[in-house]
Amino acid sequence: MAKVLMKGNEVVGAAAIAAGCRYFFGYPITPQSEVPEYMSRELPKVGGVFVQAESEVAAINMVYGASGSGARVMTSSSSPGIALKQEGISYCAGAELPCVIVDMMRGGPGLGDIQAAQGDYFMSTRGGGNGDYRLLVLAPSDVQELADLVMEGFDLADEYRTPVVILGDGMIGQMMEPVEFTHPMRTDLPVKEWATTGSKGKRQNNVINSLYLQPEELEEHNVKLQAKFARMRENEKKVETYNIEDADLVISAYGTTARIVKTAITKLEKEGYKIGLIRPISLYPFPNEPYEKINPECKGVLTVEMSAGQMIDDVKISLNGSLPTYFYGRTGGMVPEPDEIVNKVKEILGGGK
Amino acid sequence: MAIVFEKTRGLTDKETHYCPGCTHGIIHRLVAEAMEELGVLDDAIGVAPVGCSVLAYEYFNCDMQEAAHGRAPAVATGIKRVHPNNFVFTYQGDGDLASIGTAEIVHAAHRGEKFSTIFVNNAIYGMTGGQMAPTTLVGQKTTTSPLGRDEGTQGRPIKISEMLATIHGAAFVERVSVDTPANIRKAKKAIKECFKVQLEGTGFGIVEVLSTCPTNWGFTPVEATKWLADNMIPYYPLGNFRKPEEVE
Repeated sequence: MAKVLMKGNEVVGAAAIAAGCRYFFGYPITPQSEVPEYMSRELPKVGGVFVQAESEVAAINMVYGASGSGARVMTSSSSPGIALKQEGISYCAGAELPCVIVDMMRGGPGLGDIQAAQGDYFMSTRGGGNGDYRLLVLAPSDVQELADLVMEGFDLADEYRTPVVILGDGMIGQMMEPVEFTHPMRTDLPVKEWATTGSKGKRQNNVINSLYLQPEELEEHNVKLQAKFARMRENEKKVETYNIEDADLVISAYGTTARIVKTAITKLEKEGYKIGLIRPISLYPFPNEPYEKINPECKGVLTVEMSAGQMIDDVKISLNGSLPTYFYGRTGGMVPEPDEIVNKVKEILGGGK
Repeated sequence: MAIVFEKTRGLTDKETHYCPGCTHGIIHRLVAEAMEELGVLDDAIGVAPVGCSVLAYEYFNCDMQEAAHGRAPAVATGIKRVHPNNFVFTYQGDGDLASIGTAEIVHAAHRGEKFSTIFVNNAIYGMTGGQMAPTTLVGQKTTTSPLGRDEGTQGRPIKISEMLATIHGAAFVERVSVDTPANIRKAKKAIKECFKVQLEGTGFGIVEVLSTCPTNWGFTPVEATKWLADNMIPYYPLGNFRKPEEVE
């Protein structure tokens, strides 16, 4: 199939449908409202169901019910809406319910604004709700990658019985780029024998639950969850690297910010600078290995984010003190210009080449 | 020897954790019997709440999901939309449904979601130790209204059935009580009727069941049923508020 020109938010919907998602529960919020709009238009055509929920809280709990019933299901929102969903996300994590949750981040805190930002890194990667849990968090930097990660996200959600967060921002949601939906889908995933479908009197009752009143049982459940997160760390790290073994400075950035960083690197290379890039694609699990492979003569790692500095914590954990770290960030929906990053690099490297 | 009575297949053999004299046990049995008699047990998917009946998933003999506090109608919406031919019900108390979950129940009714809700109203938060609920009667003493509920600052108790009956999508709304054998029989009839509304696909259905909480009310079971009859029924009148024929 030839590539088609589509807006990021609509690509989320199209990729989900291509991945076999037939249920969407959502609530309007800028800058992601094209997702529920697209799903309300397209899902009925493929025998699917769109429900505009009364709230973000209700939407994620509808996802819980649908996922617990065995369906491929998605919800989407933007930062303040995702904050509202955290209760349900924690319950989904606790009850091990697969689903895809799309966050097209906007400026915060509070009501913030509707421009692109990356202030939800902590909320997404640390587990924004109560209890010890982690989510698979994937951060696309262009519309094609958005399509691929949404499609893969459904397979990963089912494989690990976990919510998967697609962490985009208002920019990627609103931009149009050519895209195709060709990501190969898995055919080896197990049947969801745990789902509530009605016992038909032929099996034990299935119960979807995150309540374990006996501390011994709850600890055992947590040990099982932690083992799952360890498996994710073992198998699901995704990262793009460039020139890290020969760089005088490595820049680390994710999502759309990484694209701006790439433009800055191209400019710097024309001036003779040797700059590397580490672009985490999975934010949890965080791809720590490339940070250990950086040229030991490198002057350090500059993290660039559209936040006051959140991913930099994981960069520091990954470096474990082996190299100096620097930070450049814009907040409130302000997008860094390539030249701002170029100037920051020159400031760190002392203007020398 | 002929069998003249059997425990309903709709309940598991698990011993319930309910306090002596609590009427949850009666209501569980009515719900289970209704499902068995309508032949929907093997297709049933129930949603348990947060509150005294949080462990309902261990007692109803069917597939179950445990919802977050107040969210059972949203969870049930997700289930019913995936499995429109299965029988789906929520079982919720008054803290769950009438306080933290008012948005979810109102909008499930508003959309006309085709599942059934059993709403157990005992005018108090039981599991957490007897705090005031939106359904607590004026003057009723609880651990968070130690001088009695004050109408001036805490309002009058909310009448959920009357409120939901104003919503078009709510095809069946009835309030019953389980304080006497006669009322228990009427409650069973209402629950079956409500479930039939779901099976016919007419819309959302709810049965509000006035229930006792001897432990937190500070009464014996017998005193508690009398208190219910003398105090709750006059404020929460029994009867049907909406039937499918009223849904044009």
